[in-house]
Amino acid sequence: MDIFLHQLPIVVNALNVGFLQTLKLFSVTLLGAFPLGLIIAFGSLSKIKAVSMFTGFIIWIIRGTPLMIQLLIVYYFPGLVLHNPIWGGGEQGRFLAASLAFIINYACYFSEIYRGGIQSVPVGQQEAGLVLGMTKSQIFFNVTLLQMIKRIVPPISNEIITLVKDTSLARIIALQEVIWAGQAFMKGSHGISGAIWPLFFTALYYLVFNGIVTVLLARLERKLDYFR
Amino acid sequence: MPILDVKNIRKRFGRLEVLKDISFSLEKGEVLSIIGSSGSGKTTLLRCLNFLERPDGGSIRVNDEVLLDCADPSTLKESQIRRKRLHFGLVFQSFNLFPQYTALDNVMLAPKLLAHENHTWDSVKQKVHDEAVELFANIGLSDRMSNYPHQLSGGQQQRVAIARALIMHPDILCFDEPTSALDPELTGEVLKVIRKLSEQKRTMIIVTHEMEFARDVADKVIFMDGGRICEQGEPHEVFGNPKEERTKQFLARYNQK
Repeated sequence: MDIFLHQLPIVVNALNVGFLQTLKLFSVTLLGAFPLGLIIAFGSLSKIKAVSMFTGFIIWIIRGTPLMIQLLIVYYFPGLVLHNPIWGGGEQGRFLAASLAFIINYACYFSEIYRGGIQSVPVGQQEAGLVLGMTKSQIFFNVTLLQMIKRIVPPISNEIITLVKDTSLARIIALQEVIWAGQAFMKGSHGISGAIWPLFFTALYYLVFNGIVTVLLARLERKLDYFR
Repeated sequence: MPILDVKNIRKRFGRLEVLKDISFSLEKGEVLSIIGSSGSGKTTLLRCLNFLERPDGGSIRVNDEVLLDCADPSTLKESQIRRKRLHFGLVFQSFNLFPQYTALDNVMLAPKLLAHENHTWDSVKQKVHDEAVELFANIGLSDRMSNYPHQLSGGQQQRVAIARALIMHPDILCFDEPTSALDPELTGEVLKVIRKLSEQKRTMIIVTHEMEFARDVADKVIFMDGGRICEQGEPHEVFGNPKEERTKQFLARYNQK
């Protein structure tokens, strides 16, 4: 017990540092994937056959292969295959590579949710806007968008909660996120070695954070309840 | 000079010819009722007038301006369509109010967006608002302006949709079966508003299955069948003394009810 109480603050400090990296990756992914997903959704809704087919192809590749492999390819491909290690070797480079892989991966998933959301808004809404003399973009931003957001909050919430946990995959390229920090205490870190409990302890971080995310998303869902 | 002159409109969807050579004209202040069975092309005709469908042939003139002439490509430009569309208003069968806006904001949205584009919103804001409030008084919903569509009955929603169309000052207001989604009780309140508009000498085209209403309110009736105008004339002619066999059949079925 004494040992545990002695180790706890050291472990918590180290895990906090790791979790900060987790949070950074989580936030950057959302910031990038939300708008990129919309662009991809417009691509797959495009009336130009070549554009929608190309977009469909990309989505198929990204959704059809493991995110972990995508991470490895994004991180190692430039250096090992192209002999141009653009990411450098440091934590900064690993973070950028992980961000890129996560943004592309999540944007593809979001785009399919967006597409479903846009298509589920009745066509009569757009026609009502047209006969009132609105432009297509005015209709999208003033009529369709909020109705689409209302419809996609539940499925997007699912993806966001998955993303919180998926960030741990970045460990495969040695990004120093919270699980990496927990595992370090097995090999030896901050004067502690052979300790397995810090690794299990990281689960608490995910659980608490997902609790907060769930509450916030439920609040957003309720906020959009004012119309049908 | 007629306010609306439609000549030889043709429209096909794939192999199906929905409109075959439709021609008619309408004087300012007149009300035209279009009747006919489902699938006779009534709705498609209204959608062509409102540029929701592009006809394959024919022309549409409003106030002697050629809005569309399929033989003249310069009238088919996408960039012009938006302005031309505003000659017409359209009230849909399914209302199509915007659910996220209050009734008042539904009515004010289109003029607001237009004014924002011209950077005149600040100066016209009060005027648009006052006009919207007046329209709500006309449709008898002054106490419902701050309600959202889902808080209104179907009849109330349709009346708001009429106000929303009117605020854009269309030359010709079109109704696409405005009461088909309503029960008989709610139908009455919508028809009352349309009747009031006809008394104010608004030019209107009404596609409807309400035969009695069509006869009472219209100056002119068109009976459509299989994509053609089968018969047209004044209501007492078409309803009272139809010449075509098909019209007689159609009206007989309604009289039985």
